Amino acid sequence: MRVALFVTCVNDALYPATGVATVRLLERLGVTVDFPAAQTCCGQPQFNTGYRAETAPLVRRTVRAFEGYEYVVTPSGSCAAMLRRHYGQFGPEAAELGPRTYELTEFLVDVLGVTDVGAYYPHRVTYHPSCHGLRLLGLGDRPRRLLEAVKGLELVELPGAEECCGFGGTFAVKNPDVSAAMGTDKVRNALASWAGVLCGADNSCLMHLGGTMSRMGVLPRLRPVHLAEILASTEEEPLT
Amino acid sequence: MSGTFLGMPGFASGARRRGAAENGNTGADPGFPAFPEAAHTSVHDERLRGNLRHATHTIRDKRARAVAELADWAELREAGRRIKDRTLRHLDRYLLQLEEAVTAAGGTVHWAADAAEANRIVTDLIRETGETEVVKIKSMATQEIGLNEALEAEGIRAYETDLAELIVQLGDDRPSHILVPAIHRNRGEIRDIFRDRMGDWGRAAPEGLTDTPADLAEAARLHLREKFLRAKVAVSGANFMVAETGTLVVVESEGNGRMCLTLPETLISVVGIEKVVPTWRDLEVFLQTLPRSSTAERMNPYTSMWTGTTDGDGPSRFHLVLLDAGRTDTLADATGRQALRCIRCSACLNVCPVYERAGGHAYGSVYPGPIGAILTPQLRGTESEIDASLPYASSLCGACYEVCPVAIDIPEVLVHLRERVAARGGPGHRLERAAIKAAGWVLDRPGVLAAGERLAHRTRALHPGNVPGAGAWTDSRDLPEMPAESFRDWWRKNRT
Repeated sequence: MRVALFVTCVNDALYPATGVATVRLLERLGVTVDFPAAQTCCGQPQFNTGYRAETAPLVRRTVRAFEGYEYVVTPSGSCAAMLRRHYGQFGPEAAELGPRTYELTEFLVDVLGVTDVGAYYPHRVTYHPSCHGLRLLGLGDRPRRLLEAVKGLELVELPGAEECCGFGGTFAVKNPDVSAAMGTDKVRNALASWAGVLCGADNSCLMHLGGTMSRMGVLPRLRPVHLAEILASTEEEPLT
Repeated sequence: MSGTFLGMPGFASGARRRGAAENGNTGADPGFPAFPEAAHTSVHDERLRGNLRHATHTIRDKRARAVAELADWAELREAGRRIKDRTLRHLDRYLLQLEEAVTAAGGTVHWAADAAEANRIVTDLIRETGETEVVKIKSMATQEIGLNEALEAEGIRAYETDLAELIVQLGDDRPSHILVPAIHRNRGEIRDIFRDRMGDWGRAAPEGLTDTPADLAEAARLHLREKFLRAKVAVSGANFMVAETGTLVVVESEGNGRMCLTLPETLISVVGIEKVVPTWRDLEVFLQTLPRSSTAERMNPYTSMWTGTTDGDGPSRFHLVLLDAGRTDTLADATGRQALRCIRCSACLNVCPVYERAGGHAYGSVYPGPIGAILTPQLRGTESEIDASLPYASSLCGACYEVCPVAIDIPEVLVHLRERVAARGGPGHRLERAAIKAAGWVLDRPGVLAAGERLAHRTRALHPGNVPGAGAWTDSRDLPEMPAESFRDWWRKNRT
């Protein structure tokens, strides 16, 4: 099976390890991964901030980049939600990309039909289900099922898991006080779970939470790790 | 756009308050700061945060349980959405039907285009009775138009009879929640307000008043009973108006409303035009979804319905003031009009993480929280700083849409209104658009993007901890460390 990786602009520039982990994980499961280099940003920040006209060229670029692929896989719930839920407003061609786009855990569970991906990660982990993955995509228990099957991993409840972390794209900059208060509460809840790792499937949320952890001085007792990196970790090549 | 005063009683000075009420339609208080600045203060108020957190979490958990009891909740929600949408599509027809039915039942209907007109109508109606005091049922519409302040300016005193509204009125405070206007106050604060202020407004609080709920409720009961028995005029809103029969409906928990609806001689109801439902049967849906969504009750304790007048029973004069105040403008917007489905249950407030931290006052309107963030800028426009900032007062987490009993897609409307604000190019938005255009130019050229990334990654050791322009981010969070290379470069080296 051949898929196109939509790595997303945030992962490309700031979290390449998540992209690399996604590639290694998919290849380990027998999937051939392409990286169409014409891809950049899906336009979500522009769209959500109210700049529809400025979003349109990015939508066209993204649609062209993934032309001809049956599966587009992305390790970002919010970008997947942009393609799936909002691209329809940008014409029929764009509408047609959404149904071919899969957030990583959807692709693993629904298309490949696996929950045990042969991962090994001996840590106490708690999971933050980001809002777009939770409510717009309806990822449900897919991430949990994948985590529960990881050897050595102890999954613990995150109090108030379904509450927003306070990132919200430009919200984090436009309403810094409220955003920071929400982030701090999320980190406090993660600390209360006594986990060493706060796992998520959206690096934008993890960037906000990691920055908050750093400021609160709780790193590395608690650290943010993307789900793809945990799933890519094996006994032979463990994630450090 | 007919401007609307979405009542901020107690915030501005008395003079400004009266001025606003006299003009009736000054929109937002020009002195009110934008949401981020207003929230800056409230988010650091530990007592407020504590009060709000405790109250919203308690109500939201109870709501979830009450909703889970109904196997057909999804169908009820869909039915509510459809009834409201159909009604809004034919609003003119149902309003005329309502007017005919109310008139036939002995009531009088008045049409008010804006807040000023509504206030003038109500003031004149009260003057005709010769009274200078009225009792009031908790009503968002009358708060929206600043009725109490307008009456005060004309020498008429309006007494709020809902417990929470009483607390707000006695405290010279502003409501901060649609259902629980005094949600920002705890028991101790309420005891102090009762003890210090009740005497100024009527019967004083009993000696040695404690902060136990039963004691506080008894003090309010004694204070209010005196007013119910004296009042000749009552002012109410309504949760619903039934077009086919001309019946108005108020649902409540305390029974104060029923006292106001039955004891006085004259009843004046001020109701937003979107509150009409076509048939009596439509109430079946909303009388299930409203109480469960708002107070987490299977059924609200008091449901009062009144149709015109009846000899020897209840008020002998009934006036209905139908309020537009920006509603037909909102109706004209195909995306934004869904805000008019709102049944004011406030479930979206209780579940909103932004409301929980910022508090209701930061929204600068009697409609706070997610629904306020989409309703207020539509009813009164986006000209003022606060109104232009409201569509951004959300992380778009979607929790509000999930709990809304009439399925208002609040995040969709927020983004839609952001477009409107950005297109107007208000303060900050011209710069923002320029930045977004510049970023778009780069993002449309992967070669340029890759070169930029490479430069950033190579110079990562030189990056200062505080990048210029990132102040709003780095004030409270650290920036992520720049990796050695981009994914793009890793792919080029390892997979091609």
